[in-house]
Amino acid sequence: MLSQEERQTIEEELSHYEVPHAVIIDALKAIQRHRGWVSNDALADLSEFLGVTVHELDSIATFYSQIYRRPVGRHVIRVCDSASCFVMGYESIRDRVFAELGIEFGETTPDGRFTLLPNPCLGACDHAPVLLVDQDLHEDVRPEAVRDLLADYQ
Amino acid sequence: MTITEKVDGMETPLTGNIRDDGTVLNLKEYERVGGYRALRRALRELAPEEVTKAVTDADLRGRGGAGFPTGKKWSFVDMSDQARHPKYLVANADEMEPSTFKDRFLMEGDPHQLIEGMILSAYAIGARYAYVFLRASYFRPARRLREAIAEAYAAGYLGGDILGSGYQLDLYLHISAGRYICGEETALLTALEGRRSIPRSKPPYPQVSGLWGRPTVVNNVETLCNVPHIVDKGSQWYRNLGRGQDAGTKLYGMSGKVNRPGLWELPMGASAREILEEHAGGMRAGHRLTALQPGGASSGFLAPEHLDVPMDFSSMGHTGTRLGTGTILAIDDQVCPVALIRNLEHFFAQESCGWCTPCREGLPFVERILTAIENGEGQADDLDRLHDYTRFLGPGNTFCAHAPGAMEPLETGLKIFGDVFERHITEGRCSWRH
Repeated sequence: MLSQEERQTIEEELSHYEVPHAVIIDALKAIQRHRGWVSNDALADLSEFLGVTVHELDSIATFYSQIYRRPVGRHVIRVCDSASCFVMGYESIRDRVFAELGIEFGETTPDGRFTLLPNPCLGACDHAPVLLVDQDLHEDVRPEAVRDLLADYQ
Repeated sequence: MTITEKVDGMETPLTGNIRDDGTVLNLKEYERVGGYRALRRALRELAPEEVTKAVTDADLRGRGGAGFPTGKKWSFVDMSDQARHPKYLVANADEMEPSTFKDRFLMEGDPHQLIEGMILSAYAIGARYAYVFLRASYFRPARRLREAIAEAYAAGYLGGDILGSGYQLDLYLHISAGRYICGEETALLTALEGRRSIPRSKPPYPQVSGLWGRPTVVNNVETLCNVPHIVDKGSQWYRNLGRGQDAGTKLYGMSGKVNRPGLWELPMGASAREILEEHAGGMRAGHRLTALQPGGASSGFLAPEHLDVPMDFSSMGHTGTRLGTGTILAIDDQVCPVALIRNLEHFFAQESCGWCTPCREGLPFVERILTAIENGEGQADDLDRLHDYTRFLGPGNTFCAHAPGAMEPLETGLKIFGDVFERHITEGRCSWRH
C-alpha cells in the first residue's frame, strides 16, 4: 500500500496532466523519495494505485537513470564523466573516490553510506571537473580535496 | 556558478540583469528592470499572430542546436476555430549535451525571464498549458523555477484571466528522471506522457500532433528567453544585434584548458578566436589548441585554422561542423584525441534509447573499436570500419538524430586527427599514456 504522503504527492501531480498515465514518472520519484529506492513491492503498490501493470511500470523505471531499482547508500555520489570533465582530468577524481571508498562505479560501500555512479555532463563545464553528492554540486574538484569533501556526508 | 563578464558597449538583453554573485532575481527585482512589460503590452495591444510575426521578423533561430526559425515553427500551429484543444507549449530545459552549460545559467539567474518568454510564446500559439521540462540533475534551477512560478501565479501572470486579458495559461514544472534522449523534442513529449522516452517519427510534427496528440510547440530555454526582448524592443532592434548572417545575441561558452573558462553573451556571429583570446584569456601556459568542439558533444570538431569563422548557424555550416549549442570545448595537445572521441562515443552508446537497431548496436561497436585503438590493440582495417560506420549511422539510416549526431565528432575527428589514429594502430600504443 502506498503511504498517505505518497498518495498525496501523486494526486497533486495528477492534476498537472490531461492523461493520468503521465504521472508515472512523478510517482516513481515520489516513492523513491520516501523509500530510498523502487523495490518490486513498491511497483506492486503503485500498480494497484494507478491501474497500470507492474511490467509497464518496470519498463519505465528501468529506462531512466535517476530511478533506482536496487537499494542505494545514504548518499549518492555522481561523478561527471563527460567531455569537458574528461579534458580537465576527471579520471584522477574518479580514481581518488574509488581509493577513498574502496568501491567502483555501480557499487555501494558495505556500511551503506555511499553509492557511486558515473553521470553525464552536469552542465557546469566552466568549473570542471565536477561531481554531485545528493543535491550538492561540487565544482573545480581537486583530487586532494576529495577526502574532506566526502567527510561532510555521514 | 558561472560568472558572466559584462562586455562594454555590447547589448546583453539575456544576461544583462543576471547578477555576478550567483543570486536569483526575484519577481520584484525582475519587474524593476522592465520584466513583464512586454507581456503587459502584448496582452493589451497585440493579437497572438502579431507576436508570432514579431518573432518571425526578428529572424530568431532555435538555440537548442538545430537553429530552426522559431516564428516558422510556431506558424505550423493551427490558429483557426477548428484547432484541437488544449494546445501546449513546452520549454526544453533538458540541458544534457556534454560541454553545454548555458540554460542552467539563464534559469538560475533569471527564471522569470524564461517564464515571461513562455507566457508570450504560449499566447502566440494559443496554448492553454505550458511545461518546463527540466533535467533531473538540475537541483538549483528546479528550486528557483518552482519559487518563480509561484510568484508569477500570485502576481496574476499565470492562471485564469491573466492581467484581466481573458487569456488563461497554467504552467507546470516537470522534472525528468534523466536520459539524454529526452532532449530530442518528440522523445521529450513521450517522456512527458509518462512513458519510455523514445522518439516519434515525423511527420506529423509536434505542432500538428504533439503532447497527447494535441498541437504542441517545444522550444529551447535560451530561445524562449529572447522572446520578451523581441516583443519589447522590436524585430529590427533584434536583427541588428547580430554581427553576421544571423540575428540577436548568443550565449557562448568555453571550457577546457583555457585561462578563464566561462559564459558570455555576445553578438551572434562572434568568432571562436574572439571568444578564446579576448574572453577566455587564451590557452593555459603549456597547452596548445588542437581543435574545438563548437557546440556540444554532437557537433563536429573545428580545426584551429577556422578560428575566425563567425560562430553563427549559416557560417559554421560551411566548415563541416555546426554552431550547435555554442558552448565551445577547447581541446589541447595534452588530450589524446582517440581517447576523447572514445569518451564521446561512450556517452552516445550509453544514452541510445535502444529503439532502432543501427543506433543500439552500432554505437557500442564503435566504442569498442575506439577503445581497442586507444589500448594499442587496433587492427589495420579499423579506420575503414569506423569510416563505414559514420555512413551506416549517419543521416537517413536511423530513427532520430541521436546516432548521426554521434557520428559528427567521429567523422570530423578522423579527418583532423587521422595521423594520430594511424599512429596508435601502427605503433600499437597511445603516446599520451606513460
